[in-house]
Amino acid sequence: MAAVEVENLSVHYGPLRAVDEVSFTAESGEITAVLGPNGAGKTSTIETCEGFRRPTSGAVRVLDLDPWAQRTALHREVGVMLQDGGVYPSARVGETVAQFCRLYDRGAMAGELVARVGLVERTTTTWRRLSGGEKQRLCLALALAARPRVAFLDEPTAGIDVNGRDDVRGIIRDLAGQGCAVVLATHELDEAERLADRVVLFNRGRIVANSTLANLRSSRTTVRFRSSPSLDAQRLAQHIGLEVVANGDEFIISFSSPDSSMASDLVSRISVWLGSNSFPLHDLNVGGERLEDVFRMLTKEQGP
Amino acid sequence: MSPLAAQIGAELSLVRRNGEQLLITLGIPLVLLGFFGSVDILPTDTDEPIDFLVPGILALAVMSTSMVSLGIATGFERSYLVLKRLAATPLGTGRLITAKTVAVVCIEAVQMALLVALGFALGWTPVSANWLLALAAVVVGTFAFAGIGLALAGNLRGEVNLAAVNGLYLVLLLLGGVLFPLDRLPPFLRAIGRATPTHALADVLADSLMKAGGHTATSWVVLIAWAVVMPAVAARTFRWA
Repeated sequence: MAAVEVENLSVHYGPLRAVDEVSFTAESGEITAVLGPNGAGKTSTIETCEGFRRPTSGAVRVLDLDPWAQRTALHREVGVMLQDGGVYPSARVGETVAQFCRLYDRGAMAGELVARVGLVERTTTTWRRLSGGEKQRLCLALALAARPRVAFLDEPTAGIDVNGRDDVRGIIRDLAGQGCAVVLATHELDEAERLADRVVLFNRGRIVANSTLANLRSSRTTVRFRSSPSLDAQRLAQHIGLEVVANGDEFIISFSSPDSSMASDLVSRISVWLGSNSFPLHDLNVGGERLEDVFRMLTKEQGP
Repeated sequence: MSPLAAQIGAELSLVRRNGEQLLITLGIPLVLLGFFGSVDILPTDTDEPIDFLVPGILALAVMSTSMVSLGIATGFERSYLVLKRLAATPLGTGRLITAKTVAVVCIEAVQMALLVALGFALGWTPVSANWLLALAAVVVGTFAFAGIGLALAGNLRGEVNLAAVNGLYLVLLLLGGVLFPLDRLPPFLRAIGRATPTHALADVLADSLMKAGGHTATSWVVLIAWAVVMPAVAARTFRWA
């Protein structure tokens, strides 16, 4: 049984369908990244899993518990990291971690936890005097206080410097390595690409991709090249019969590729078309998709 | 250490840390009692103004702690998502409210001790005081004012809540009959004043401490009604984030 099971979940706010019949699972020992543009339904879905929201319809089970009806039992087993805040400005780091560790029957050792997130030097510092990255570290520590079997982490590396990000990623990997199901909500595709075993991509309240990172990348092929920014992507798209995404002077064409000859044929047609229209061709690259490409393509396809 | 003990520790620590708020909560009633108990300028319509002032100021202190202080702190905790974060732990609503209640009771105990001591120092002489009844009135009053404070804190943004609680404090101070008798007010305002929890608490405290209690059934009814209705309103409408 999966640690998190979401089945046909819908969350409506009046006429707004924030989440519309989504289904996915998150397994113990894995890191599941929940991605999507702002307003895609990520937060509503995760807050429903955390027991903060009641589903309009559908079912959610976390560790085989109903998060809404069995909140207290669930909260003994899960760690939650909010996207922002959660600590009183005048509360000190050490005291806050100690308080949270004592809220759980088998809570972590506060001193060890403070050291693990790299805040030993800031033990007596108040929340209001911490930097953005230090606040994120403290929030992560609070999420780990439960020794959680499931951890919902919202933007865990936001505002943290490069070295600090590596530390936090290490902590998250260790957490999954100990058998915890980590559900990671993030806008940072690079973060998901580095950490996630599985990606659940939301757009407009629906899931548009749900797969392992490897499958997601290999299922499609991308041709990318640079040319003049004045190149009309629509005209090229009409010529090759595929959608062309323009990003400044970079052009990306993504397609399902059951046949490997399709890519070489496409490259040939693009080269000829660019030459005949006097556009330059630089940095041509053919390969599996980056997560960023998948994200851009799938969230665009669902657009208006 | 149990989760409840941990949360009580955290609440008391925050009370200590917010020293300026604590100073106002403890200081304003003490200053009012000290000043008006020493300088006879209020129209208390009694031979001994201090006998009128002590019960009223005790009621004011309960209001300061359980409505103003608790309401403002809780409102900001909601704004800072502290309550939402705690809601994702096994602490639970019951233990959170218990921990906050313990913190309020601790402050009130200090307040009562200081105010009663100051009252005695200024010549207050309670006649046939029923201390147990007075204590019961303080408990019921605490429920009433905490209900008002939490109802506001659970529905208004931090800054708006701050203004609303302080504004209400001023209105209840003026209409509650704690600094001068309600008979001094015009009939319309007098009627409103009699319906306030502040006047009801001041009245039952005066009766308990000066007349052994039992003469203020209407005020008890008003006070108990506030103590039942407002916590229920707060529980029903409170939003954690």
